[in-house]
Amino acid sequence: MTYEELLLQIAGADERVVVLTAENRAAIRNLPSQLDGRFMDVGIAEMTMIGAAAGLALRGRIPVVHALATFLTLRAFEFIRTDVGIAGLPVKLIGAVPGFLSDGNGPTHQAIEDISLMRGIPGMQVFAPADVDELLAGLPDIIASPRPWYVRFNGLPSVTAHHEPFAIGRAEVHGDGNEVAILTYGFMFRETHTALQLLQAEGLQCRLVNLRTVKPLDETAVLRAVRECGLIVTVEDHFRTGGLYSILAELLLERQLTARVLPIALEDRWFRPATLPRVLEFEECTGRDIAARILVECERGRHAAMAGHTETAAHAEAMFKTYL
Amino acid sequence: MDTTERKQLSSIALHVREHIIRMATDGGCFIGASLSCADLIVYLYSRVLRIEPHNTGDPERDFFFLSKGHDVPALYGTLAELGFIDRSRLANHLKTNDHLYWHPNRHIPGVEFHSGSLGHLLSVGIGVALDNRLRELSSRVFVVLGDGELNEGSIWEGCLVAGAQQLDNLVAVVDRNGFQANMRTEELIPLESLEAKFEAFGWAVRRIDGHSFDQMEEAFSVLPLSAGRPTVIIADTVRGKGLPSIEQRADRWFVNFTHDEVTALLDELHGLSAASLSSEALHVR
Repeated sequence: MTYEELLLQIAGADERVVVLTAENRAAIRNLPSQLDGRFMDVGIAEMTMIGAAAGLALRGRIPVVHALATFLTLRAFEFIRTDVGIAGLPVKLIGAVPGFLSDGNGPTHQAIEDISLMRGIPGMQVFAPADVDELLAGLPDIIASPRPWYVRFNGLPSVTAHHEPFAIGRAEVHGDGNEVAILTYGFMFRETHTALQLLQAEGLQCRLVNLRTVKPLDETAVLRAVRECGLIVTVEDHFRTGGLYSILAELLLERQLTARVLPIALEDRWFRPATLPRVLEFEECTGRDIAARILVECERGRHAAMAGHTETAAHAEAMFKTYL
Repeated sequence: MDTTERKQLSSIALHVREHIIRMATDGGCFIGASLSCADLIVYLYSRVLRIEPHNTGDPERDFFFLSKGHDVPALYGTLAELGFIDRSRLANHLKTNDHLYWHPNRHIPGVEFHSGSLGHLLSVGIGVALDNRLRELSSRVFVVLGDGELNEGSIWEGCLVAGAQQLDNLVAVVDRNGFQANMRTEELIPLESLEAKFEAFGWAVRRIDGHSFDQMEEAFSVLPLSAGRPTVIIADTVRGKGLPSIEQRADRWFVNFTHDEVTALLDELHGLSAASLSSEALHVR
């Protein structure tokens, strides 16, 4: 089943469901003819789209709003916050082409603050599926939820089977190692899963926590990782500020905990636009790069523990890069 | 404009179209919209804009803003042909060693401002035009808008403000190719009568054929069209102009062609043979 087939099925079973877009039809090309009046394309007018979604929700509809993540969350932000957020309306915002997936578009199209913005709205929930399987598994619950949701759309095929059924607020954990825990969400699951396999082959005891819903957060899974693992690595195609690294920091402070954390994120800058494989390479975010960065961090930790050790971290970095 | 000058413009525009086609592979580009405004951009840079390749920072220059940023291959092709950047640089499209991608970047000489998010540069252009007036400079501001872009509310806020400010040093050029991303504009958000809309907002309006250099010359040589009012030139164009296998095709908005298809399209551009295309259109929006 595809994303649009699922939407059609849900809309077929519940006449309250309507679909809106701002001419972003790539993933919903067949809906207009099948949903008739319940498909509404407002043209390139995101603010009006969100206002209209709020009006529809006010009348009991469940609007699924599918648009490019940047223009949806940024241009229409105040409309989302004010018309959807303050009223607490069950509008489902589906942000397409988020994070690295905007590849060659450039900074204007890079939704890398969307998690930060959306989770900051009171009552707004956030779902970041790792792949199309997870998107389809989660969508029925998201649409049935009485709350407003932001979905960081990801329609890419999965790289591995998911063993944990979808549940709001519950993470899926791969591996049970206690040296390193990688926390991630969305598209970067693919690269971190590669990193996990490389690190395991290297003999490192690792686990990978795929958060799925970023808000509500699976605090139990995150706190268990903090308690059991020597190094926590947050990986996201998002600004470091306001995303997963911030979420972890907030949780640790709240619980008066501390942890050794390696953040892998975009630090105060936009990423270099190019085709997706080139972006990942340039930003050192391929599975191999992530594994190498984690190995270097582990080595750095060992050095800190062993006073008098002569090898420098830079040397270790070069060594592991060569190896990988 | 004499015959030689007209021929020269056509020759530059042909080269620009070649560049556009070459950028439509290894990742692709927005080829349809780039081809529709190629003649306009070539004409403006060649005959209207007071901008020099080797003095792009001249404070008294005219300002050119490409608000519909996805047709940047037409701009980069023009900048390469007119000596603002080296032609060989265009081969860096979508590579991480340069800043050439699907929307404009200010690192490229001749690019005044980045764009890509629609409905931004009319407002930025208004700001520059206000400053030009404060400084009592004769430099003018040109903003190229897409017709689909006219969906954006910010455009109409800008139109109100420019009219209220009586900015007759501001010229908007609408690339009226009749399409937005997925379909004809009139099928989604009808724009006509576009002249009447701009006139109602206090603008002086002229409508021309956006592929006729003679009509462009007639319209752009009498700026401002009306003292105390901003000018808009509505240029009727053909999306995909120059390539019959792409022209007016809603599904040929953004395409990532194979190298063989690029060769075939170059042949088609030169009138040798029609290209047979099998690459699926990518629907990036």
